[in-house]
This record gives sequence, C-alpha cells and structure tokens, in this order.
Amino acid sequence: MVSKNKTGLPAALLLLPLGLLTGVARADYGYNLPEPAATLTQEIFDLHMLTTIVGTIIMVIVTAMIVYALYAFRHDKGAVPDQEFHNSWFGQWAWVLVPVIVLGIDLSIASSASSTLSSVEDRSKADVTVKVIGSQWKWTYEYMDDGIKVVSNLKKLEPTDPLYLRDVDDPLVLPTGQRVRFLLTSSDVLHNWGIAEIVPKKINIPGYINETWTHITKEGTYRGQCYENCGAGHAFMPAVVRAVSPAEYQQWKTERKTQHAQAAAEASSDKVWAKEELMAKGQEVYTKNCLACHQAQGQGIPGVFPALAGGKITNGAGAAADHINIVVKGKTGTAMAAWGPQLNDLDIAAVVTFERNSWGNTAGDVVQPKDIKAAR
Amino acid sequence: MSVATAHDDHHDSHDHGPPKGWQRWVYSTNHKDIGTMYLFFALFMLFFGGAMAMYIRAELFMPGVQLANPDFYNNMVTDHALVMVFGMVMPAAAGMANWMIPLMIGAPDMALPRLNNLSFWLLPAAAIMLILSILAPYLFPGTGGPVNTGWTLLPPLSIQNGIGMDFTIFAIHMLGISSILASINIVTTILNMRAPTMTMMKMPLFVWAWFFTALLLIAVMPVLAGAVTMLLFDRHFGTSFFDAAGGGDPILFQHLFWFFGHPEVYVLLLPSIGVLGLVIPTFARKPLFGYKALVYGMGVLAVLGMVVWAHHQYTIGMSLWATNYFMIGTILISIPVGLMLMNFIFTMWRGSMTFETPMLFGIAIILMFSFAGVTGVMLAVVPADMQYHDTMFVVAHFHYALIPGAVFGLYAGVFYWLPKWTGHMYDERLGKIFFWWTTISFNITFFPQHFSGLAGMPRRIVDYSIQYTEFNVISSIGGFLFGLSHLLFLYIIIQTIRGGQKAPDKPWEGSQIGTPGLEWTLPSPPPFHSFTQAPVVK
Ligand code: HEM
Ligand SMILES: [Cu+2]
Repeated sequence: MVSKNKTGLPAALLLLPLGLLTGVARADYGYNLPEPAATLTQEIFDLHMLTTIVGTIIMVIVTAMIVYALYAFRHDKGAVPDQEFHNSWFGQWAWVLVPVIVLGIDLSIASSASSTLSSVEDRSKADVTVKVIGSQWKWTYEYMDDGIKVVSNLKKLEPTDPLYLRDVDDPLVLPTGQRVRFLLTSSDVLHNWGIAEIVPKKINIPGYINETWTHITKEGTYRGQCYENCGAGHAFMPAVVRAVSPAEYQQWKTERKTQHAQAAAEASSDKVWAKEELMAKGQEVYTKNCLACHQAQGQGIPGVFPALAGGKITNGAGAAADHINIVVKGKTGTAMAAWGPQLNDLDIAAVVTFERNSWGNTAGDVVQPKDIKAAR
Repeated sequence: MSVATAHDDHHDSHDHGPPKGWQRWVYSTNHKDIGTMYLFFALFMLFFGGAMAMYIRAELFMPGVQLANPDFYNNMVTDHALVMVFGMVMPAAAGMANWMIPLMIGAPDMALPRLNNLSFWLLPAAAIMLILSILAPYLFPGTGGPVNTGWTLLPPLSIQNGIGMDFTIFAIHMLGISSILASINIVTTILNMRAPTMTMMKMPLFVWAWFFTALLLIAVMPVLAGAVTMLLFDRHFGTSFFDAAGGGDPILFQHLFWFFGHPEVYVLLLPSIGVLGLVIPTFARKPLFGYKALVYGMGVLAVLGMVVWAHHQYTIGMSLWATNYFMIGTILISIPVGLMLMNFIFTMWRGSMTFETPMLFGIAIILMFSFAGVTGVMLAVVPADMQYHDTMFVVAHFHYALIPGAVFGLYAGVFYWLPKWTGHMYDERLGKIFFWWTTISFNITFFPQHFSGLAGMPRRIVDYSIQYTEFNVISSIGGFLFGLSHLLFLYIIIQTIRGGQKAPDKPWEGSQIGTPGLEWTLPSPPPFHSFTQAPVVK
C-alpha cells in the first residue's frame, strides 16, 4: 500500500480522471476515499463518486471552452473583437440559461444527497451501543450494555513503521453484521472520532452527546484518528476498530468481563500495597495516561504543561492530599483532566506514589487505594 | 463611452502637493497615500504569513516532529491563517479600494479622509498585538502556551490557552474595527462621491464588488467581535457562554464564528472578482459580458453567503431539517458562482486576446477557481462532507478558492495598475516568469492535498503516518517554490517603483472598452490631488 504511492504526482494526475471516470476505487493507491466496509459508508462512497464524476465533467467542459477561446480568439492571430456579442440573442438570455442548467445539476445532486442523509440520521434500534469519549489525548470506549470499558492509547512506534501514528494499544472491538450505535462525547475539548471505512463523522462535544452508526460488512482492522484540533496531542490520537465475527465478539466480551471483575476486586480490596508494587504499577499508569503531557522524565513542557519533577505539589514539601486532589478532580480551564472517573483507586494510588518518588522527587510517602477512596 | 475631464487640476493655486517627510504618511488623509500604505502593509504581511507557511511545509516535509513542539506548530497554523486573511488579503484589497475607487468614480478623495487615516493605523497596532500573541509564551513565561486552536479559535480549547489568546482577541478587535471603519468609508464614498454623471450602473465592476464587500463586512464583523468578547469573558470573568458545565454551549461559538466566517470568504473573493471584471475585458478588447448579471450575481452571492454558514459544521449534530436546509443553500451558491465564471468566459469569447501578466492571472483564476467551486459542491453534500471534513481535502479546497480567487486577483490588480500607480511600466518578461512560476508551484503544492485528504490525512496535525509521505513531500517542494517566487514579485515591484519605461495615461489598449473607470483619464501617476473639479462621463 505504501510502496505503490511512490509513483507520485504524475501518476496521481493521470490516475485521477482515469480512476474516477471508470468508477474504479483506487483505494490501495490512497488517491480516493478508502474502500468502504459498511453499508452506510458504501452509500456515501457512491454519492462521493457521483459528485466527483459530475465535477470532473464540468471541469473538462470549462477547460475545453477556455482552451478553445485562447486558441481561437487571440490578437496575434488577427481575431477581431465582436463588440456586440453581449447584445446578441445569446447575450440576452445566457443569464437565464446557464443558471437553469446549473440548477438542474444542483437539484439532482441535492436529492440524491438528501436521501443518503436520511440514512445517516436513521435511528433504528441498535444491537450494540458504544459510547466514544474523546479526551486529551486518548479514546475511551464504553459498551453501554455490558459495562466493558476500553481505553485506546497511541502505540509508540518508529516514524518508519507502516503503522506509525495509526496503531493503539487496545482497539475497539466490534461485531460484523450487526447494527452498532455510537454515542459521541468528550471529557475536555472538542474531538472528532473518524474512521472513514466504517462511519460518517460527528464531533465529540464536552457536555453533549452526538450520535452516528455503522453496520460493518467485512472483518478487518480499520484505522482513523482524531479530526478536530484538540491541542498539542492532536496528531497522536489514532482511532482503531477491530471488526470480528459475532461469535468471536461474544468470546472477547466474556474475557474482558472476567478481567474487569478481577481488576475491580483487586482495587477495592482493603489490601495495603508495598511501595515496589505501587511504583511498578504506577509507572504503567503514568506511561499510558500522563506521559503525553508531562513527558517521560516528568519535565513537562515549559509554559504549557507543568513539570512534575521537582514540582511544588509532587515533591517533598507538598502534601500528598493536594497531589491526590488534582489527579482525582483535575484542574478546570487547563488540559489537566479529572482522572477520578477514568481510573480506579488502585491506579490513582499507584501513579501518585510513582510521581512522588521518581525523577529525583523525594516525598518518600506511599499512597494507598483507601486514601483515594477517601479523597473522592 | 468617452470621457471629458480636466487634466490640469493641479495648477490650482492652493494645491500645494504632498507634505514632506514622515508627517505625509502618519497624518495622511490622502486616499492615494493611504492606499499605498495599505499595500505596503499587506506586502509585509504576505512575507510574514509566508514565512509561517514555509515553516509549516518544512515541518510536514517528513513524518516525525522535527522543528519544534506541536503547540508551536499549531500556533503557526493559526497565525498563518489570521495574518493572511486579516493582514494580507483584506488590507491589500482595501489598499486597492482606497487608491482606485475615488479615481474610478471621479471623486477627489474618500468621503471620510480622517477616518481613513484611523482605519489604516489600526492595522499596524493590530499586527503588533498579533506578534505579541506569538511571543507571549516566551515574554511572559508561566502564563500558558501558544495559541494553538487554528484560526477558528474554537472553545473549549481556546479557553485553555494562555494569555497569547487574549492578545489574539485584542488583535481581532482592532482588525475588526479597522475593517468596519474602512467599509463605512467605502460605502459612503460610493454612494455620495460619484461624479454627477457616473450612475450606479456605469460603475466599474471593481467598485460594485467593493460595495458588496463593504456591506458584508459591516454586517458580519460585529458578530465576530461579539463572539471573541464572549470568549474573553469566559476566560477571565467567570461566565459560561461556551462551557456546558456552566449551562453554556461550545457550539454557540461555532455558529457565531461561521456566521462571520462564511461571508468572510466572499469578502476575500469579491474584490478580486471586481479586478477580473476590468482585466478580462481590457485584454479581450471587448465589453464585459453580462455586466448587469454580474452585479446582481454578486448581490445574490452576498445574500446567500450570509445564510449558509453552518456548512462548516455539518458534523456538529444538527437536526435533519437544518442540515438539509444548509446543504441545499450551499449547493445553490454554485449558481451565482457559475454565472460569474460563465460571464468571464464569454467575455473572452469572440474577443481579441493578448496575454500580458494581468490577463494570464485572470485566465488562471477562471480555471482554478472553477475547480474550487467543484470541490466546494462536493463539500456541500453533507454525507460526503462527513468524510471530507477537517481533512487536507478541505485545505486543498479553500486554498484553490483563496489563492486564485483572492490572491491571484490581487496580483492581477497589482500588475494592471502598477503603471498607473508608479508611472512606470513593469518588466513584462519578469511578470510572465512570475506568473508561470507561481501558478505551477501553487498547483504542485495544493493539488496533492486533495489526495492526502481523501486518503484520510487530518488537517492541523504536526505529524502524520508514513502513508501520506509522498503527497507531503511533493506539497512541500511546491510550497518552497511558491514561497520563493514571491521574491521575484518583490523585485518586480521595487524595480517598477524605481524607474523604467514611462507609462502612458492609458497603458492598456483595451482599458477604455465597456464600463471602465475614470482613472485612465488621469496621467500616470495621478497628481496628488485629483478631480478637484468633477469630471463628466459622456
Ligand atoms: C461554489 C462555491 C463554494 C462552495 C459550495 C463551498 C463549500 C464549502 C464547504 C461546504 C466548506 C466546509 C467544508 C468542511 O469544513 O468540511 C468549505 C470550506 C471553506 N471554503 Fe468553500 N465553498 C465555495 C467557495 C468558496 C470560496 C469562494 C471561498 C473563498 C474565497 C471558499 C473558502 C473556504 C474556506 C476558507 C473554507 C474552510 C474554512 C475552515 O474550515 O477553516 N469557498 N467550502
Ligand atoms: Cu482530539
């Protein structure tokens, strides 16, 4: 897929009219919308091809007229200007003729678009409902009927990897052949969850819920990303869906539920954790959730994201209570999210402990899940 | 039509010529001097905004984050747009309006000369604010990061920004006030200062174009000012206009912004269409085809342009009814746009064309702007736009609309009027080289973005996955060539100002055909005080 792109612009210029006029989707060359993998996106794709073809034909006509004029009516060929052309029959009526033709084209495009739009807004009953929550900078997916939650973070790869910026640690898993409804929202700023193969975009707005849907027809992995500028990490927010058969989907769900139950039991038990355990777990949580802003060495980005290394709240003198508070409740008006609703007590305890004892921070204290429970 | 006028206005005894030194410029109330200042300001901003574009293309040359952090990148994207829109295209068009409208309609000056001075001098002040907004994170460390929202300044992200955002808001306020004052002046001048025999339907198309532009600006600029003021209140005074947690609505800002923002694209476009309405008949040696249709077409465009704003927000989740309305309204815009382009093509038809630099730009505009109209209709189709939205496809669309539609129109105007302004002919050979160089490099830059956009590359990202590499390499190379070509532009202008072949009063053979202005009845360059007695159009 990637290597074929090497043909570059000349090929692109040649392929555009060719590919478009013959209606061939050149998906593997990446010159067109990706090949649809759902009923709805197929309908949209066809609409896109319709407008592209109409547009191409119009461009061909306009170009031909201009080229002909440039050839036929040039001064150095001795062309004599027709000073009365605008008063001819044509000159008197062209202002009606042309708009009427354009109106005809417009209305036929609009009616076809309008019926596709009705399919997009179709609100039939869904088999699976997933809430897609955007946050700086990751996606959280909640299966509304099953209490399963998936958090998708960028998978760090080298810029030479074919999946650079297109892969996540934990993709959203969906069944094929079933109607899936997406409820879109955000926890901080605007985001836009977009995967062209399977779903038309609607933006994720904090405090509001948008709705879109899909009915995936082909198994496979579909990749997209965030399409609404959401700040520094905007380029680093891939959205990945793994579409599997309904049977495989059921199996995956069962596994997830068991894992969830175990983790929840562990986090809420009144067990007192050893510092090493918390540090190890904390590093994991930090890497997944906090590193994007506060950076690998806790140095932050000056002026943008505060440093945690040697920070007022995170280091020796600062009280652990303040530290816990800002992690649980966030800081309004900044990119610092409230992690309370997103992470369990154990995770927060671990990450706070980790931050207070890393990168030269010398607080030395150990925070336990029960401290977090109390602070909530 | 022929024109009788007094060439010898300047022998008038109290006519003392321009004041000397800096006072001539700082206190200027002379429409030509203010026009010149506007044009130089725009030229400066072209290079300032262009430098940011070069940074953007350099960063996108290869996958990976190479030159600076993502926030700085987003800051450059934001300010590139703000500088080009408010600092370059609008002032350049206003400069031409200042220079040409009084000359075309036979007025001695703008109706409100002192206001004119104020509306110009607000611009440098606004530019300083904008530069401060870029520097704020470094000048005032600890007050937050750069403005990283994109030119749409959407909350809640714009609430998170540091004090750079406040400087941006003040800059927008000043730019807005400047535009409104200039527009009031232009409308007043057109309505009240025409030579007695210059009826509205005899006005050159450029004057009509600016008339509609000015009305649009007066109508929508206050809405933007209101929106950014509400943003300021949300940021500092505890209101929640745009914060759902406090009962507000983040989408409200988008409606306000685009109620301004969509007409704004016509503000950028119309003056250039006005220039086309002079350039094409001149070099086709034949009157404008459908002059009246063009005037009404621009009126329809201005009105329609004000009621389709939400086509920038198809993905925010509007009702089916509203979405359908905005879709059909937007698609219908292709009617006045198509009518305009048709009129220009039929102006060339059965003409007798020569291809001086302004005409070359004129033809390129018709071709490439048609293409922007076609991608515009594609974008107008809601379900398809749900795929295109916020991808590079949109970036390609609006650069095809804005660079030919607005910027090339300004270049055509510059070359068309340079002889009139400076009294010297520019170097035609260099002009043609400049035309081919910009046009080819422009297409190399932006054409591939249609493909990367369809393939899924989002806009406003600092880094991309390697499947988009080839398109971006081509775009960047084209971009650097495009940027470089402007050094030639600068050279041509300086060369023309400094000397060269003396320009006749009517440097272009065909400039008197159809509905020309009175500017050609004056010497090149026109005297400091022109039309002290009203000329007569026969
Ligand atoms: C037939 C005429 C046109 C139609 C139907 C049209 C349609 C559209 C639509 C639907 C969008 C929104 C796409 C999206 O964000 O997903 C858009 C974006 C845009 N258009 Fe056009 N357009 C037309 C002509 C123009 C003209 C004349 C200009 C300027 C001279 C222009 C400048 C822009 C700009 C600047 C944007 C992007 C704004 C942003 O998101 O930052 N368009 N156009
Ligand atoms: Cu996002």
